Amino acid sequence: MVTIPVPEVAATPGFLVPEPFVVRRLTRETQDTFTLTVASHGGGDTSFVPGQFSMLWSYGVGEVPISISGDPAEHDCLSYTIRSVGAATQALVGRRAGETIGVRGPFGHGWPLAEARGRDVLIVAGGIGLAPLRGVIYHVLRNRRDYGRLILLYGSRSPKDLLYRKELAAWARLPDTQALVTVDYGGLNWHGRVGVVTTLFKYARLHPERTTAMVCGPEIMMRFVIRELRAGGFAREDIHLSLERNMRCGSGFCGHCQWGPWFICKDGPVFRYDRIRPLVDRHEL
Amino acid sequence: METLERIIAEHPYLSGIDPQWIELLSGCAANRKYEPGSYIFREGQEANEFFLVRSGRIAVEMAMPNHDPITVATVLDGDVLGWSWLLPPYQWKFQGRVVEPTRVFALDGKCLRQKCEANHDLGYELLKRFCKIIDRRLDQARFQLLDVYAVAR
Repeated sequence: MVTIPVPEVAATPGFLVPEPFVVRRLTRETQDTFTLTVASHGGGDTSFVPGQFSMLWSYGVGEVPISISGDPAEHDCLSYTIRSVGAATQALVGRRAGETIGVRGPFGHGWPLAEARGRDVLIVAGGIGLAPLRGVIYHVLRNRRDYGRLILLYGSRSPKDLLYRKELAAWARLPDTQALVTVDYGGLNWHGRVGVVTTLFKYARLHPERTTAMVCGPEIMMRFVIRELRAGGFAREDIHLSLERNMRCGSGFCGHCQWGPWFICKDGPVFRYDRIRPLVDRHEL
Repeated sequence: METLERIIAEHPYLSGIDPQWIELLSGCAANRKYEPGSYIFREGQEANEFFLVRSGRIAVEMAMPNHDPITVATVLDGDVLGWSWLLPPYQWKFQGRVVEPTRVFALDGKCLRQKCEANHDLGYELLKRFCKIIDRRLDQARFQLLDVYAVAR
């Protein structure tokens, strides 16, 4: 009989065993998307790196991987922007302040904030893909002198699907910051840009040789964005992507999120493009 | 004082073009301003112009029966608007609604078609430039059709 060694850390609350977190507030972002802010019951530290994710457990319903969308400088709470699309996410966004959910994590590798220091930061986000990148924006704005220009290109399906609308407007007014927003389809009351996210590249003032690009959105969108970045002169090693697969254990044990030689939960979800390129370009993987 | 030719030559659409064509193009160009809410062209109308946008914002809309029009693209500073003037039946397939105060150079398509017929080098140069824009817009339209942000069911 083969005995599989289980690391001691596995039994630590928050690793494989969910830790109880209390809901502080729930903010509606769009018709079906909410930001849930929670704090540890024990008041423990909640440090994380933007781009990391947690497994959120709604007791009796299920567990889902959700990216952390809050400010990494806050160490007493965690925020998650959740699109309500299934039983577990519906249960999570149905919670009220004071109620409890289970949290495991944070897991995985986040965005390369140290590597991007001294450089311009380009963020390209599509739909709810802005959530895991919001922490990067907070971090850059809080450490403004450590970074060059901040450029945000954000695409959404329609005006009513835009996340963080007030913040987007505020970011667009900041010096050394360019925040461009577009929607795939607009109506008469929408006075902003209409077109897919790649149409924004034309209006962005970019210096590829000194810019780190961070991209998150549906994978097909990221393929279009990579094409645009490469055509614009970005080196492969300056492009970082956040990927998503069926994450379960969060620690690379269960294999659900295996992707070629990688486990998305443990080795990702943020990857440097040059390292994963053969897999990104492979169909049906 | 800036001449029309010099300002037109600075538009990104004409970047790097042989100066001899600028004079020809300028002869077909008119400077125009549009206010928000006005329509530069409407679907089904004769298309005898195209526009080099200098500043502003124009929504390219598709009229919908019994429904508000849907904006499928916006055109901004430095962009080119319209290629229905290039090919028969020379009819607009969309409508152009002005969203922000807009300044354009309107180029007379009929005049240009004649010049292109008479001078194929000019015609080829313009077609190459339009093909580049059409290729890009086709790519973007396909991406848009994928509706990538919809919830997967």
